[in-house]
Formats: sequence, C-alpha cells, structure tokens
Amino acid sequence: MEEQNYRSKKVIPYLLLTPTMLILILFLYWPSLQSIYLSFYQQAPFGRKKIFIGLNNYFSLFQNSNYLISIFRSTIFTLITIVLGLFLALILAILLNQDLKGIKFYRVIFFIPYAISATVAGSLWVFILNPVAGQVNYLLDLLFNLQIAWLTNSFFAFLAVIMATIWKNIGFNIIFFLAGLQSIPESIYESARIDGANSLTIFRHITVPLLSPTTFYLVIMNIIFSVFESFGIIDIMTQGGPANSTNILIYKLYREMFINFRPGSAAAQTVVLLILVIIVTILHFKYGNNKVHYQ
Amino acid sequence: MLKKILNKKNYRTIILHLVLISLSLITLMPILFALSISFQPRAQVFSYPPSFLPDQLYFGNFIKAWQVIKLGRIFINSIIASVIVMLGKLILGVLSGYAFSHFKFKYKKLLFFMVLFTLMLPMQVRVVPLFELMSRLGLANSYSGLVLPFLASATTTFLMRQHFLTIPSALMESAQIDGCGPIRFLLQILLPLSGANLAGLAVVNFLVMWNAYLWPLVIINSDEMKLAQQGVKMLFASAAERDWGLIMAGTILIVIPTLIVFLLAQKFFIKGIATQGLKE
Repeated sequence: MEEQNYRSKKVIPYLLLTPTMLILILFLYWPSLQSIYLSFYQQAPFGRKKIFIGLNNYFSLFQNSNYLISIFRSTIFTLITIVLGLFLALILAILLNQDLKGIKFYRVIFFIPYAISATVAGSLWVFILNPVAGQVNYLLDLLFNLQIAWLTNSFFAFLAVIMATIWKNIGFNIIFFLAGLQSIPESIYESARIDGANSLTIFRHITVPLLSPTTFYLVIMNIIFSVFESFGIIDIMTQGGPANSTNILIYKLYREMFINFRPGSAAAQTVVLLILVIIVTILHFKYGNNKVHYQ
Repeated sequence: MLKKILNKKNYRTIILHLVLISLSLITLMPILFALSISFQPRAQVFSYPPSFLPDQLYFGNFIKAWQVIKLGRIFINSIIASVIVMLGKLILGVLSGYAFSHFKFKYKKLLFFMVLFTLMLPMQVRVVPLFELMSRLGLANSYSGLVLPFLASATTTFLMRQHFLTIPSALMESAQIDGCGPIRFLLQILLPLSGANLAGLAVVNFLVMWNAYLWPLVIINSDEMKLAQQGVKMLFASAAERDWGLIMAGTILIVIPTLIVFLLAQKFFIKGIATQGLKE
C-alpha cells in the first residue's frame, strides 16, 4: 500500500508538467530550432522542396546593403528610444515620487499608455501627426510657423515612430524607476544634506549611481521592446516606409516572409534576431543581479 | 515663522500639481485629441483650422465604425480567444508551478531551466516556422492555430511556483498523513490560498492576448475571424481617403476594453508587470 503510494507520487510531477512541456516543445522549441535548420536551405515558398545551401543565406544577407542599413537603422532607433525614453521616465519618476496628495492618481495616468496595445498607440499617433485633421501640426504651425510632413518625410517618419514607441513604453520605465527610487533609504539623503550637498549633487552622486541596477534592467527590457514590440506601431504608422526609413529588423523579417515570400532569407534573419535575444538575456542574467552601484 | 514655512510648502505643492497636471495632459494628448475628433461630424473633421472640441456630441462615427469593420463580431472573437488563452495559461501554470514547488523528481532542474529558457524565444523569432508548422497541421486560419502557441508560459509557471513556495511543504506532509492526496491538496488547500495571484495573472494574461497583433495577423485571414488589434488595421484599410472621425472612433472602441480592464485591476496589473521579467 505504502509502496504504491510512493510510486504514484513519483509519476505525479511528470503528469503535472506534461501539458506545459508539450506546448513549449511543440510551439516554442521546435519552431526556434526549425528557424536555425531552415536558414541553411533554399526553399520555394511553402513548398516541400528544399536545397541545402550551407551559409549562403547568411552570406547574401550580410552582403545585402539593404539589410546592413536596416541593422544600422535599428541600432539608431534603439539607442535614441532608450536614451530619450529613460531620461524622460527618470524625470517623471522623480516628480511622481514626491509626497503629494493625489500622487497615486497621477501615477496611474502615466501608466495608461503601457496598457494600450502597440497598434492602438500607432493609430493614435498617425492621427495626431496627420497634416489634415491633426492638432499637433496645427499647433506647430500656429506657434512656430512649422509645417512638418511627419509621415511622408523619411527623417520625420523615423522620429514619429520613435516618439510613439517612447510614449508607449514610458509607463513601464516609470514604474521601475519609482520602485528603484523608493528603495533608496532616506538616511543616505539626510546625511548628504548634513554634509552640505545640494539637490543636483545629490542627484548626480547618490540617486543616479544607486539607480544603476534598475537602469541596467530597463536598458535590457527596452532593447527587447524596441527591437521586437515596435512591430505593431510600425505596421500601423508607416509599414516600414517612406523609402524604407522605418524598416527596422523585425519589420523587414515580416516582409521577407509574408510579402516577399522568401523563407530561407527570413529564417536567416530570424536567427540573427535569436542570437541578439540570447546575448541580451545572458547579459541580463550575468550582470542583472549584481549591484552595479559604484562602477 | 510657522506661517512662512506653511506658505512655502503650499507654494511647492501648487507648483508640483501644476507641473504634473500639464505633463498628464501632454501624456494623454493623443487619447484626448482622438476622443475629440471621434465626436465630430465629417464636415467639422475636415475643416481648417482643426477644432479642439466637438461642436456637439455626434455619435455617427462610432456607429459607422462599428458597422464598417463588424466590431461586434471582432469583440466576440477577441473575448473568446483572450479567455481561452487566459484559462489555458492559468491551468497549465498552476499545474506546472505545483510540480516545481512541491515535488522532488528527476530532471527537475533541467525541466525548470527548459521552462525559463523559453523567455528567450519571443513570438517574433518563431513566427516564420510556427506559421509553416500550423499550415502543415491544417491549423492556419483557425482558432486552434491561434491560441495553441500561447497556452503555456514561463512567466505564469514561474510566478505560480514562487507563490506556492511560500506555502510550506510541512502543510502538505501533514495533509498527506490525514489522507489528503496531492491533487486534493492542490484543489482544496493551495488554490484557495492563491486568489489574489490568480486574479492578477488572469488580468495580465487577458490583456496580453487582447493586445496581441503579430501572430493573429499572420495566422488569421478571414475577416469574420479577425481579432481586436487587426480591427485597427481594418479601420485604416476601410476608408480610401482617411476619415479620421471614423478611424479614431473605431480605435477608441477597440481600446475601451483594455482601459476598463486596466483601470479596474491596475494594482494587479502593475504588480504583474513589476514581477514579470520578460513579456511574451
């Protein structure tokens, strides 16, 4: 009796895990491995015929100036989004960390854009930037006599997509900066003030260094956001245009597969992104938990 | 002296409120402008200069948007898909989290690592082969194909495990002595202690699916099966010349469920985001 109980208990954890592992292996692991495998083949769209071509998909990818430009463009996009986005979020987090009646209400407001989907965010921004009915252009015209063709000019379209991405993610960044700010003990500020430090010195030499673990985590997360999650924003706002100016890696990959129907090249592009996620995740696990306070 | 300090404090409070109110307005500006235009009739939408407030509350855009992209159908589709994904993730997450928290077994570490490793495999790096796999299984343009890849998740498993770990194993052993088997222990002791966690994960997982775009876009083709976020794209495609009143009215209808769920459960939502590392 007792032995049977023991044996059945041994099987139970595996039974509990079976559905989860089945889904993960079938729909997460297998397709990812398949991406790597397919990247070595040339394949007719959705056809069964495949020809092994070794690394040729990669060679042609990295000889394609369009792809190289897209890598460069994605890097700039990510850098600007992170630097500007985190800077704004930190300032807002400091404001939202003040002891003030109704501060919780303000916090919820700044978090709303993060709850909104990327497609809706894109739709809202296309609208307010449009030249016909958009109020932003009207205000810019009124105040500065500026007429900006936001979505038809390469430079401004790039800028518009960056603004929408920063707007969408600012709530996420604020939440983490707020948590970081609240974990800094008041006594450190007090002793600094007793030593005669002014607000700016305190900010530069206490707040910023003590927030560095949070900042590091947010940089990692924002790389993921701008590389992957911006797909919806771009698909609604610009579809990669005008003249490819907003055609960043994830959008290019989607177009290669579902518009140009080139699965081999799409698989190679997928592997490039996969390598990027793995590097970022390793960085996260390796340095994320260490305190990077006093570099 | 006291009066002076009080005044200085009041002054600071007022300035802070003013700064925060204007920053809130700037943050909400896209939503506010969209709301304003969605209540304007066509003639006002296309008049120059653009109006900041509608002359009267005109509901025609909402009605037209609802009809043009068959929003009723889209909402039902999205609710079904989101509820299935939410339930699937919760059920599988509870089962696998329980396995990792209360049992000792061979390959436990390896299996746990395998679950966590999937955080590195977002939909974007799987979409191409996943689409081919679903096509070969005959599941392209079907709801099974749509929801299956979302049913299990590392974050839900991980968070359920973390929560179950706070419930001591000694409780399980004494329950066992009293003749309570592991499944009854889960259903009658662990789950009743997990209400808040389950609710939080339910909200987050519902919103993740409601807001999902790339996978539905790839796998669902027929208009009558499309989901909420595809509706946004349909709005843009529906009007040859951009009828902003209609597009924004539709966009607002699509975002309303998100906002309701978020505002009702913002505490859970923020906590869920804050404890959840990567999104899927």
